[in-house]
Amino acid sequence: MESVKLRADHLTAFYGGKPAIQDISLEFPDRKVTAIIGPSGCGKSTLIRCLNRLHETAPRTRVEGKVLLDDEDIYQLDPVRVRRRIGMVFQKPNPFVTMSIYDNVSAAMRFNGRHTREELDHAVVHSLQQSALWEEVKDRVDAPATSLSGGQQQRLCIARALAADPEVLLMDEPCSALDPIATAKIEELVGRLKTDYTVVIVTHNMQQAARVADYTAFLYLGKLIEFGPTEDLFERPKEKLTESYITGRFG
Amino acid sequence: MAGDAGRGGSSRVKFDRFARRKLVNRIITVLAGLAVIAALYPLVDLVYTALVQGGGVLFQLTFLTARNPTPCSVVSCATVGIGPTIEGSAILVGLASLISVPVGVLAAIFASEYRTRGIGRVVSFTADVLSGVPSILMGAFVYGYLVLEYPNLVESVISGSLALAAIMIPIITRTTEEALRTVPDATREAAIALGIAKWKMSLRIVLISALPGVVTGVLLAVMRAAGEAAPLILLTGFSTNWYTRPDLPVGSLPVLIYTYALQPYSNWHAVAWGATLFLLIAILVVNVLSRYTIQRMVTKMSGGS
Repeated sequence: MESVKLRADHLTAFYGGKPAIQDISLEFPDRKVTAIIGPSGCGKSTLIRCLNRLHETAPRTRVEGKVLLDDEDIYQLDPVRVRRRIGMVFQKPNPFVTMSIYDNVSAAMRFNGRHTREELDHAVVHSLQQSALWEEVKDRVDAPATSLSGGQQQRLCIARALAADPEVLLMDEPCSALDPIATAKIEELVGRLKTDYTVVIVTHNMQQAARVADYTAFLYLGKLIEFGPTEDLFERPKEKLTESYITGRFG
Repeated sequence: MAGDAGRGGSSRVKFDRFARRKLVNRIITVLAGLAVIAALYPLVDLVYTALVQGGGVLFQLTFLTARNPTPCSVVSCATVGIGPTIEGSAILVGLASLISVPVGVLAAIFASEYRTRGIGRVVSFTADVLSGVPSILMGAFVYGYLVLEYPNLVESVISGSLALAAIMIPIITRTTEEALRTVPDATREAAIALGIAKWKMSLRIVLISALPGVVTGVLLAVMRAAGEAAPLILLTGFSTNWYTRPDLPVGSLPVLIYTYALQPYSNWHAVAWGATLFLLIAILVVNVLSRYTIQRMVTKMSGGS
């Protein structure tokens, strides 16, 4: 078994007094894609938002348990530093609307430290290449981010997250606002990203999980029902609930 | 035809109702129209009178730069101007803006971005209440806190601009806070997830995204301050000299209008009218220009041409 990059340890998260996820223990292997699936409201998004301490930024929220990044509890570290090591891509593309494509991608570098123009240029080009957007925008990186299509904006957001040089990339239903062609591009991209990053992807699309993920976790009503290699989970589910969900009997 | 008799009766009732509805509709339309006229009449009359009375004076080229006139009741009294007064107003409002823009904007950021523990809500409530306080009370506030401590500031640029700043701050805070609220949380989450520090996110991402609204608020406050007379009569006094020191009085357009209008000299009346027209035009120009630039900023941000 591969080494573990990120580990949730008895993680419970509250949203306004009610637990949204309960006692979840889960291991995310290094440089693999792990999918989190489950019906709406099962706590997938809450779980992924606990992994970079974003959950606690909303009012009336609370987190119990640990999340270990390289065996260090991120809840004992400075949250800003944690988020520089764990990048995130959201459900709806959320580029900074006042900024150009270039400024979006270089945002983390520009805001978080001092870099020369050459370093920024290099990082912008490299990140846009990684997110497969470079060819489409190379002659207009100074155009506003909002001039891009939805799918392009999402790849821009991936490039923006990658330019911060994270170790882990969290993706919260990154394709739910995109058309099938844009979705295919992002999925292809996820497959390539795992050579450099540990990827955690939330999806309510089971086919997507089956296509992109090495491991899959199934959540139901805030609890982890089953976790294992994607193939095993889809073809030989151990739990009855998992089986009914993947065969489409509920959800 | 005979079969229509019954229906004819009912349609007659309908017709009556319809006629009544039409009548009511017409009455309401007329009333609304009268209300519009009543609301617009003072404005139109003011602009018209200012144009008639002040136009001749204002369009003499030297009016905006020349010294204020000495008392004189003969028509042939020459060289009238409001140069020092315009300078005084600009200095007062400029200083007030230098104080109130950073304070007002930072208070709004605090209220909108750091809402935890309800302090933010207290800030916005306070700003709401303060923006309704009569300006003379702001003047009295500065008088009580500053002038009683430093009596030589009794008629000075410093105390006047502080009072104007006190008037501007709640206006800027309210409008900026509203503008910040329109920035979607998705933008904040994007910044947080990149590990950008909160103050940088607030100032350099959220505030910039809300800039058109912030600029509107600032201009609104500037125009309000430019037209204030009461606190300046109390705190800055009036002078026809060019600005020399911050602890001395300067002239200002509203106080000039107030002072000159009450004096029996015909050339002073003319100057007051000229100043009125100038103030009106200045406010109009700032208003139109700001709308235009904001429109351009918005289209630029949303990626339009």
